[in-house]
Amino acid sequence: MANEIMLKVENVNVFYGNVHALRDVSIEVNKGEIVTLIGANGAGKTSILRAISNLENVKSGKVYYKEKDITNIGAHNIVHQRLIHIPEGRRIFGELTVEENLMMGAYSRKNLPEARVDKEMIYDMFERLKERKAQIAGTLSGGEQQMLAIGRALMSDPQLLLMDEPSMGLAPIVVDQIFDIIQKINKRGTTILLVEQNANMALSIADRGYVLETGQITLEGKASELINDDQVKKAYLGE
Amino acid sequence: MVTFFQQLVNGISLGSVYALIAIGYTMVYGIIKMVNFAHGEIFMVGSFLGLFAVSVLHFTFFPALLFSMIGTGLIGALIEKVAYKPLRNSPPITLFITAIAISMLLKNLVKTNFLAGPNPHSFPEVLSVDVFHIGPVQVSYIQIIVLLTAVILGALLQYFVKKTKTGYAMRVVAYDKDAAALMGINVNRTITITFIIGSALAGAAGVLVGIMYPRLEPTMGTLPGLKCFVAAVLGGIGEIPGAIIGGIVIGFTETMTKAYISSSLADAFTFSLLIITLLVKPTGLLGKKTFEKV
Repeated sequence: MANEIMLKVENVNVFYGNVHALRDVSIEVNKGEIVTLIGANGAGKTSILRAISNLENVKSGKVYYKEKDITNIGAHNIVHQRLIHIPEGRRIFGELTVEENLMMGAYSRKNLPEARVDKEMIYDMFERLKERKAQIAGTLSGGEQQMLAIGRALMSDPQLLLMDEPSMGLAPIVVDQIFDIIQKINKRGTTILLVEQNANMALSIADRGYVLETGQITLEGKASELINDDQVKKAYLGE
Repeated sequence: MVTFFQQLVNGISLGSVYALIAIGYTMVYGIIKMVNFAHGEIFMVGSFLGLFAVSVLHFTFFPALLFSMIGTGLIGALIEKVAYKPLRNSPPITLFITAIAISMLLKNLVKTNFLAGPNPHSFPEVLSVDVFHIGPVQVSYIQIIVLLTAVILGALLQYFVKKTKTGYAMRVVAYDKDAAALMGINVNRTITITFIIGSALAGAAGVLVGIMYPRLEPTMGTLPGLKCFVAAVLGGIGEIPGAIIGGIVIGFTETMTKAYISSSLADAFTFSLLIITLLVKPTGLLGKKTFEKV
């Protein structure tokens, strides 16, 4: 099967003030894949996701989604293309209930009955959220908040999901659950671009990966190759 | 005791108007963390728009109220677009100074002979000035209308913010702009809507004050503007119910001080409330303790 390119990032440059955060970054994500970005803290992983979803402005370069130029078109417009970003640190709405948070995920959808069906599907997937429907989201545990952030993103009916550090700050057993869920979501047909500190786990579920250093892509390849690469092992896998 | 109940009635009607103005401060602060010091002037413009509607267009009370609310809403949106939006990512002090500049601009624009001129105008009688008595306490129809209008507007706002899609958008934009944008919410538009609503409520307050104290001048917004800022801080800035409580407390304090202590000390007491609040409970009555998001 020929690879259908879903997302194409072309020579993208991003600046924070005078800091050159991304230097000519180019990546591609094909339909149905899990692609991971690995790299040290501050290498620019989050910046790539923020540039794609236009939380940061792209200074030069292009972002194409399904062959459409979506560079700097406004974060809220990108959501309407069903390209959904789960930001670092979960960023759930702490003052709203679990249910309200999920419904905020459906903000961009026209067909609300369909969204309600999805909500039940999400409650089946995350039993904990179902039990805590009416609870104020800010009082959930870290793992539950991450599940809510994922559930909320699924409510937007994503075709491509950008996930930023979904395992951050979670207990190992919860991390396993989250990675299972990521694979499940992918199997149901959602393409995933995953940013992770936990390079080992990310590469173990990904199809391909990119290695980022100080705002530049230094290495790319199949996840199965990267995981055995000496350089990668040394720098990111702690071996 | 009669004086007390009489002042209670007066305090409630004045306080409900303050509450309407304070809501605008608190909504704008809640969503962009900015104290809009031009808000008192929006109130003043609202008063004059009401006067224009009544004396030139010969509107009755309700259409004049609507006219003023629409007018101030549009002016609020315009100010946000032209003056504040370009500074969205500037340091707070820049916005603060801009707001003061806008406040002076509005005051002096209205003061020009082309508009109202520097002399006071009086608001024509649009409502019956009759009074009735509950026991020995005297209540005017105007006070009832003012209170009813304020309560209805407050209830509508509460419904809008808590139940409608745009209301939800306003709340989540106030909570976390990036996360809100990632839900597909147009953050800039939501901020504009917030300015429109806050300004329209100040416009309504302007008309109500015009009816209660029918002496209009271009500087009339400054002091109520500051007092309602105190009301918003007192109630917990960013919290709509807080602004309502704050407004009523300020209204009471003012009328009670005037009745029992000294009318010249009324404003001093109001501003003392600000200092006491900041000393005792800096987050205000309903304010939440804010913490840095990790």
